[in-house]
Amino acid sequence: MIGWAARRVLQALVTFLLAATLAFFLMRLTPGDPLARLTEDRPLSPEAVAALRARYGVDKPLLTQFVVFLGGIARGDFGGSIEHNGRPVAALIRERLPATLLLGGTALALNFLFGVAVGVYQAARAGSRADHALTLVSLAASATPSFWLGLVLAWAFGTELHWFPVAFMSEPWLASGASWSIRARDLLWHLVLPALTLSLVTFGATARYQRAAMLEALALPSVRTARTKGLPERLVLWRHAWRNALGPMLALFGLWLPLLVAGSVFVEAVFVWPGLGTLAADAIASRDYPVLMGTTVLVSAAVVAGSLLADLVHRWLDPRLRES
Amino acid sequence: MTPLLEVRDLRVTFPGTGNEVSPVDGVTFSIDAGETLALVGESGSGKTLTSLALVRLVPLPGRIAAGSSIRFGGTDLLALGPGALRQVRGRRIGMVFQDPMTSLNPVLTVGDQISETIRAHFPVSRAEARGRSEALLLEVGLGDTAGRYDTYPHQLSGGMRQRVMLAIALAAEPELLVADEPTSALDVTIQAQILALLDQLKSSRRMSVLLISHNLGVVAGRSDRVAVMYAGRIVEEAPTDRLFAAPAHPYTQGLLASLPRLRGPRRPLKAIPGMVPRPEAWPPGCRFHPRCAQVMPQCTSEPPIVAPGEGRWSRCWLGAEGA
Amino acid sequence: MKRPPGGLRLAWWDPAGRVGVVVLGLLGVAALLGPALLPDPLAQPDILGGALLGPGAGHPLGTDHLSRDVLARVVSGARISLAVAAGAVSLSVTLGALVGLAAGYLGGWLDAMLMRLVDAALAIPRLFLLLIMIAIMERIPIGVLVLTIGATGWFGTSRLVRAEVLRLRAMDFVRGAEALGASRRRIVFRYLLPNVAGPLAAATTLAVGDVILIEAGLSFLGLGVQPPTPSWGGMIFDAKPYIISAPWTSLAPGLAILLAVLSVNLVGEALARPLTRRNA
Repeated sequence: MIGWAARRVLQALVTFLLAATLAFFLMRLTPGDPLARLTEDRPLSPEAVAALRARYGVDKPLLTQFVVFLGGIARGDFGGSIEHNGRPVAALIRERLPATLLLGGTALALNFLFGVAVGVYQAARAGSRADHALTLVSLAASATPSFWLGLVLAWAFGTELHWFPVAFMSEPWLASGASWSIRARDLLWHLVLPALTLSLVTFGATARYQRAAMLEALALPSVRTARTKGLPERLVLWRHAWRNALGPMLALFGLWLPLLVAGSVFVEAVFVWPGLGTLAADAIASRDYPVLMGTTVLVSAAVVAGSLLADLVHRWLDPRLRES
Repeated sequence: MTPLLEVRDLRVTFPGTGNEVSPVDGVTFSIDAGETLALVGESGSGKTLTSLALVRLVPLPGRIAAGSSIRFGGTDLLALGPGALRQVRGRRIGMVFQDPMTSLNPVLTVGDQISETIRAHFPVSRAEARGRSEALLLEVGLGDTAGRYDTYPHQLSGGMRQRVMLAIALAAEPELLVADEPTSALDVTIQAQILALLDQLKSSRRMSVLLISHNLGVVAGRSDRVAVMYAGRIVEEAPTDRLFAAPAHPYTQGLLASLPRLRGPRRPLKAIPGMVPRPEAWPPGCRFHPRCAQVMPQCTSEPPIVAPGEGRWSRCWLGAEGA
Repeated sequence: MKRPPGGLRLAWWDPAGRVGVVVLGLLGVAALLGPALLPDPLAQPDILGGALLGPGAGHPLGTDHLSRDVLARVVSGARISLAVAAGAVSLSVTLGALVGLAAGYLGGWLDAMLMRLVDAALAIPRLFLLLIMIAIMERIPIGVLVLTIGATGWFGTSRLVRAEVLRLRAMDFVRGAEALGASRRRIVFRYLLPNVAGPLAAATTLAVGDVILIEAGLSFLGLGVQPPTPSWGGMIFDAKPYIISAPWTSLAPGLAILLAVLSVNLVGEALARPLTRRNA
């Protein structure tokens, strides 16, 4: 298991580096000037332009820039932000990361919860009207644009019903001396709508996979044995069938992560959630390429890591594979 | 004395392309308390479906057709609700299947799989269930190593897994054990061990057994009566020694003749010509007649039941009046 | 129970698929004929008095903040969204099929290299790939938008096609043809491609849904279809400040997206059904 794990980690590393390389060359080779935003509004003298280019390292030959870039990744340095006057991109990312992790993590948990519940329910009643109805619901949910759903939920539950706040991560007027429990509740309340939005548009795929995995598991001879033992149906469903349906679900991690990451850009924008998504969206508006590159590299690392983790856990969960 | 299990006119149907097919087509037999009935037939004869029908686990889209009757200890099994049915499964009828590797849950320990059966039927604590499971493991011959309870199925050999399956099937102390090809997936030497274990458990617990096999050799010394199944129906039933001594139905004769013999002069193996027909295309009348060496003109119509006494009968035109 | 037909007819035979086909058909007809029957989506007849009117006479879906007819804009937006989706998906499916066929059939170092590239590309979420490219190119014409979206969508398809090709290659009918000396080109076009068509069709329809959502999202961020050309995503962006006072301005385009993607997904599901049965 260790040998296999080491090889798999190495493979993940290679994939990540290749991805970073791809992103780098994509950005550099796409026609357009990375510093256009800074130079377009104010006519600068050639020396000033040259100084700017030197400052952001775009005056050197492409390959040198690439090496600098790779070195930067190893050190966690993504250069300086254009919009924020050279402030290290890494620092900006560090500031915003926890908010995105909180939102993404909560959305992932809800996604899993909804997806498993719906998928197992459907499999246990395969072919029934409820099954067909739920498939339609999952497909409709996956067809919904996340930013639109966010707006609708914000309008319905926020401005109309006043149940939940619709922007930011906390109320700005909360005194810094407020108690821990008040802050926690405030945070939770702000988390509800964005996390709900993100999980609702992504749970459909989970439900479909779970349904399919459960149907396969329910047809297994070992589940038939469990029934002949006279076990209560819920034990048959969860302890026997679902345990065997769990493995394929972990492969979904690779699917979830990109979905959540992409979705979070829109959802954070709609709810003004101070995370990486809004950082990226702002960077787009201000053409702040170092920030964009930094977030892209980070997000790719997350995707690769997520997929790696899913593989490792899948392997560990199945005692048969553990020893081979 | 009423029999423990009474199956009458059991039909299992599947939707086909066009019409329904009935892989089990009017099966009738019964088993008394403490008796062992062997159900013998080739693959495709409907034996496994019959055994699954007893506990109503026929796989979808199959179903047990109306007109079938299954009575166990006087109770009509086909009329039971899900809760009552679960109390029959495991507790009154235990089942052992052919392939222990796929029949056991790979992510649970063998001990847990036995314990959960016990706890499903008896109100005992975890510790008590564990104790009983370990006693069961001992009883099936797996008690030699401590910690056997905590092993996983993939860590055991085929023979050991089948012993575990037996332990699971017996955990709730059923009155009837259904063993569907219990040794077919095992090596020959292990087969003998498992069959001997089965004999021993049968007598120590005074259980009835429905032993299903395609191998006549397996049932020879181990059953009281044999029912031979072909193309969805039972074609002959007799006490075991009578069947082997004087088989009445040509199919049974063919099966016995095709058994290779270790002793005696060397001669070519005698196979039954032709192939087992598929449920979609059963021959009219006697379903065996296209392959029968003693076929007669009237065999294309439904053969009568011939029962010359001695507790035996066969479904054939031979020996019938007006033949 | 009758046997389902093969190929694209399956989309009609399956009840859910039929709904999808019908809705898509209606959308298509509306997109083609609508603009001729409806007011000009770009016209702003009366900004002062006619803006943000609710659904009513003359404006079945109301007007937006520039007094443009919402229904006309939604229908025009359909044209744009469907056209962009069709164009981008054609590109990515073609690329994906080519790469998948090459990698699966030719194997060797070409396969290894291509798949490494695909793995790396799949590690970057598609949205970020698009953000990088489009942000640098600044305002891009629709044609370039279609090319860009198409160029970022072939990776998954290539893996799918490659897997199918590998599976087919091992089958006797292909090996038989090779043994009889059939040329590579013949094998690819007469043996592999027709059999890959099934899974490919299912994946293609789902890809259309993806692209509609992506284009809407990009337009919402100001990076997709540029105003004043109507696009569903752009309409939602414009309607953001008015969600409380005039919710129909954002509800209409959002529902349009939902309907379009849902019907595409229904068709895709119907086409994919025999495959899930086969793999189970």
